[in-house]
Amino acid sequence: MLTIGLLYPELLGTYGDGGNALVLAERARRRRLDVEVISVGIDDDVPDASIYLLGGGEDGPQRLGADLLRRSTFPLRVRDGRYVLAVCAGLQILGTSFAVEGDDEYEGLGLVDVVTHRGERRSVGDLVVRVNERLLVGFENHGGRTTLGPGVEPFGVVERGRGNDGTVDGYTTSTVWASYAHGPVLAMNPWFADEVLERVLGRELAPLPTVADQLYEERRALLAR
Amino acid sequence: MPRGSSLRDDVAKWAVVAINSLSRLTSRGSGTVIGGRVGLALAPQLLANLAQRRQVILVSGTNGKTTTSAMIAAGWGGDVATNDTGSNMAAGLVAALAASKSRSAVLEVDESWLAHVAQATSARTITLLNLSRDQLDRANEVRQIAERWRVLLADAKETDVIANANDPLVVYAAELAASVAWCDVPTPWTTDAVSCPHCTQPLHFTEASWWCDCGFAKPSDVVTTLREGLVVRGTPLVLALKLPGAFNEANAAMALTALSLVGADMTAALARVNALTNVAGRFSLRRWRGHLLRLLLAKNPAGFAAMLVTLERDDSNVWVAINARVADGHDPSWLYDVPFEMLRGHRVFCFGDRRLDLATRLDYANVDYVVVSDDTSIPVSPGPVALLANYTAFQEWRARSSAC
Ligand SMILES: [Zn+2]
Repeated sequence: MLTIGLLYPELLGTYGDGGNALVLAERARRRRLDVEVISVGIDDDVPDASIYLLGGGEDGPQRLGADLLRRSTFPLRVRDGRYVLAVCAGLQILGTSFAVEGDDEYEGLGLVDVVTHRGERRSVGDLVVRVNERLLVGFENHGGRTTLGPGVEPFGVVERGRGNDGTVDGYTTSTVWASYAHGPVLAMNPWFADEVLERVLGRELAPLPTVADQLYEERRALLAR
Repeated sequence: MPRGSSLRDDVAKWAVVAINSLSRLTSRGSGTVIGGRVGLALAPQLLANLAQRRQVILVSGTNGKTTTSAMIAAGWGGDVATNDTGSNMAAGLVAALAASKSRSAVLEVDESWLAHVAQATSARTITLLNLSRDQLDRANEVRQIAERWRVLLADAKETDVIANANDPLVVYAAELAASVAWCDVPTPWTTDAVSCPHCTQPLHFTEASWWCDCGFAKPSDVVTTLREGLVVRGTPLVLALKLPGAFNEANAAMALTALSLVGADMTAALARVNALTNVAGRFSLRRWRGHLLRLLLAKNPAGFAAMLVTLERDDSNVWVAINARVADGHDPSWLYDVPFEMLRGHRVFCFGDRRLDLATRLDYANVDYVVVSDDTSIPVSPGPVALLANYTAFQEWRARSSAC
């Protein structure tokens, strides 16, 4: 059974981020796997799940999201080895601190040694990131400039757009993927969705051709330099 | 604030009208924005001068501006100056006012422009419909807009505000205004206001109300209610709209509240609002290559959700056209906030620059879809086909199809 915990979609779902849960679930279901998506509301306890998804949000909701997660079992579960896919504000929340309106240093969950300051200007536009041998295409819209602590691996190298700082995007650990490519990044990058699924399930999956492959090829051809 | 009209303004005003006619004649554009831009460049005070000695009603909010403005203009009766083409930033407003000498004006205003326009026009009546996410890659985040509205309205001592009591962000924006006519109208989309705008704690919602533990809550002194029937400031009115959808009833309730505040004859106003059949081409029937199409504009998740509800009952084909150009916002990720699952049972034809994004969304929703290319043959339906399009796609389809 694959359980997907979608964390606070009302707070952290500004850019169609719920799409990532839908894509993971559908791609697993079409391979005849048992899947459950648990949408975790702000009044709910964080349940156990195979993977948690964290999306983007505006400043107030981002602060509230961080506070709720801090008081929940989420940090324990992540330290215990549960997987996390975090985008945009979610990426910032997992770090040591982040900047939001009114606070230059709001305390994050401290799960990864990463600090986000306010960038000089907002980063809005198409984002292309080289992740190992492949290109990830997406869209970013955030005001952060993220610095990785020593030994923290970036998610990939920025080929177009800004990401953390114009050179690299996000970060990755053995159980966490974090990127500024927000919203339904898994919808636009079926290969990445399957990479996440394979890691969480601990086994290889057969290819699953869908119209998303055409979408990926179209975006990549258009955006890659 | 407005001064007397100068020669410079008169020249600018003439330029707006002349350039707009020229633009229409040479069909270089829709003939509203370009003239307004030139006029504004010639005289920065133009908007203020054009609005002088007129009774101005402003309408703003994420969804329903164009329809609500059309309802107010129709309901008021006679000649009303209005930007009915949907050009709702300063240039479009200048063009609309320059084109009409009417003493009554209804202007739909882009959310980010409201403070500027309210000050320039000295509008005494402002209608605030709702606030939700729309084109996030270019517009400000919705909470910042609510904050700017709040600052504007706290100072607007002589302004009547008509405000939606069921939208927490609208209530936050209007609660400091001196005079507010709160409207209790159905507002299904509150996803963008789950955390309190005052204290960021979670808001609580029930069928009839909402509140925060800090005390921020739905206003209790509502004057207009749309529940079993419509009551506008104490007077029951029988709504029998020709326009489809529950969202249009909410728009009508707010339009009629605005009209009652400016002293319109409510019996006549109600009859004229009921009789409206299309708004700037929206909801209108068009022909294209032997197909009969009903053109529906939907620009964001809340707008789409409202439209999809009206399609749920049948199993007809549905066409959807999605672009992601400047006016639409470049990021179509909002497609994942639209409950397209409601279209299961329909076959959906995907059009527009971003038809593959749409098809992918529909595929994951397990909705039957066809990606339309030039050589796709599309079966002709017996009845009209609903065509849902976002902003620039809608304009394209209006231009490409012909009137019935
Ligand atoms: Zn509160």
